[in-house]
Amino acid sequence: MLEDYIRNKQKEKDILLMAHVVLGYPSIEETFELVRTIVEAGVDLMELQIPFSEPIADGPVILHASQAALAGGVRVDDCFRLARKITDAFDIPFLFMTYYNVVFKRGEERFFAETREAGICGAIVPDIPPEEGESFMAAATANNIDPIFILAPTSSSERISYLARFGRGFFYCVARKGVTGAKTDFSSELDEFLDRCRGATQLPLALGFGVSSKEDVQFLRGKVEIAVVGSQALRLLNTNGTKAVGDFFAKLR
Amino acid sequence: MDKTGYYGTFGGAFIPEILSTTLEQLQLGFKEAKEDPAFWSTYQGLMSTYSCRPTPLTHAENLSRHFGGPQIYLKREDLNHTGAHKLNNVMGQGLLVQRMGKTRVIAETGAGQHGVATATMAAKFGYSCTIYMGEVDVARQRPNVFWMEQLGATVVPVRDGARILKDAINEALRDWSTNMDTTHYVLGTACGPHPYPEMVSYFQSIVGTEVREQILRQSGRAPTRVYACVGGGSNALGVFSGFLDDAEVELVGVEAGGEGLETHKHAARLASEHGSVGVAQGYKTYFLQDDDGQMLETHSVAAGLDYIGVSPILSAYHEEGRVRFEAATDEEVLEATRLVMRKEGIIPALESAHALAGAFREAPEMNGDGVVIINLSGRGDKDIFTIADALGDTAWKSFIITKAEEYRA
Repeated sequence: MLEDYIRNKQKEKDILLMAHVVLGYPSIEETFELVRTIVEAGVDLMELQIPFSEPIADGPVILHASQAALAGGVRVDDCFRLARKITDAFDIPFLFMTYYNVVFKRGEERFFAETREAGICGAIVPDIPPEEGESFMAAATANNIDPIFILAPTSSSERISYLARFGRGFFYCVARKGVTGAKTDFSSELDEFLDRCRGATQLPLALGFGVSSKEDVQFLRGKVEIAVVGSQALRLLNTNGTKAVGDFFAKLR
Repeated sequence: MDKTGYYGTFGGAFIPEILSTTLEQLQLGFKEAKEDPAFWSTYQGLMSTYSCRPTPLTHAENLSRHFGGPQIYLKREDLNHTGAHKLNNVMGQGLLVQRMGKTRVIAETGAGQHGVATATMAAKFGYSCTIYMGEVDVARQRPNVFWMEQLGATVVPVRDGARILKDAINEALRDWSTNMDTTHYVLGTACGPHPYPEMVSYFQSIVGTEVREQILRQSGRAPTRVYACVGGGSNALGVFSGFLDDAEVELVGVEAGGEGLETHKHAARLASEHGSVGVAQGYKTYFLQDDDGQMLETHSVAAGLDYIGVSPILSAYHEEGRVRFEAATDEEVLEATRLVMRKEGIIPALESAHALAGAFREAPEMNGDGVVIINLSGRGDKDIFTIADALGDTAWKSFIITKAEEYRA
């Protein structure tokens, strides 16, 4: 489902944009308005992050937003309700991003059934490798949710081929070592990694971690189907507010 | 699909893909070291010349008489170099780092004992060293921060989350995700993703091997019960390892009861009804968490026990019934500390005093011809500020005030 959407969109645009918001940050109401602004700016897909108290793959920007949302009393139930409201209102694919404990604690079956009911079509859960995720993947696919796996430049080609067997929708390639939000030096080294990913899968590739400017997106044109922008938009939200985020996405490609 | 590093249904490796290759290399490096007969003897040699291994087993005659129950023995891990069992794990990992050819080590620390041990190991082996420590712990364990810095380590106060041990672990994992090419993460307890629980308990098994031989020699019999405090669980796994196969030896883990289990201000994952199974920081175990899976704030007078999770190996023993878990409150712990100082001339770490408190509670009702071992996992001089506060020592307070005025001048 996600894959078809991406293929179709590619007929109009040579690179798609995936944005990211933390559900409940700065507040439930403001998240909704932020999503509206970003969708109106023309992004093609969006990650909705359900905050978790121990987000080990995230850098300070998303970490602080997650903490603020939790400190504000946001519950997982609120995230499902907000997701439902968002998918009812806007006509692009939305994915959940969260950590495995949120899924595990709710129960994999229940989590994915509710994810489907909320109109979400994919799930990015960075701390569940396929080795641990047999029932996770089964519950996701039974509910028509694409589990999005992450490919990393540190992984061997054998490992990438192994992961490629489990992906649906697209693969999320991380541009570098480290966590979200740090600077990435976009260079030819990245090409070698992306070539290895292409060699392992027919699915579209998204690239994230450090994508923060029009130049970065330009660099990725023709290399990946989707550029993922997370922390940079959140930084702008924190310093300049919602409208600035809309302007940023509108001029990104 | 291969699932590795499981103990019953607990353990595993739930980590972001960026670290999968690094963990695989660590698994391989550890496996090769373990299979190399020279490795363990090098390790033992190092621990007997750089630290004080074997550490003694002290017959606590006065305490035994005081309770009028079983004979009480204390395994003296407080006599290790740097003052706690933490060094056993750290020196083992230091040797492994040498084999793997890395040049930098990072670690999390709660009480600061593991941080000091890691900084010590880094100084000895010539590695550069960064220690992550929650801001709350930095504030309550300044003497250890001072020593880590003097030993050449960079101490980074972690200002995110609850600003305690769990947050320091998250930050160390983030550093490792970035710098794994040069850096080894010296996890301080038998938690985290595979192979850490296995590796840390392997190095700590040196305690169990020694104590088994010592108790048989000194008391002529196997112990009735063995007590250890449980934060992450490494000292408990160490001392328990000597008696796992002796079904008649009862193993007791004592967790931090904080202000009392009913107040929810504690860190008793297994001894309370408040823990539930979850997955965080790379592994599956019992955590103190809410219905959404968000981790709760924990509390203990002992920074080293103030942690949301517990070794997956201990969760498995808990479910099998091999280890019984109890909790001791802050108050009981201070009382036990006072008693062991006066009766035996030993200053225990507040962490270790949980094991003492657990044993002292049960000793009067135990059969008089029994033998009890308590793992005295660390010494208490590091806790001078906390203990002096808790005892309300006025002379100490006026000393601090005078000292502060000197600095201000």
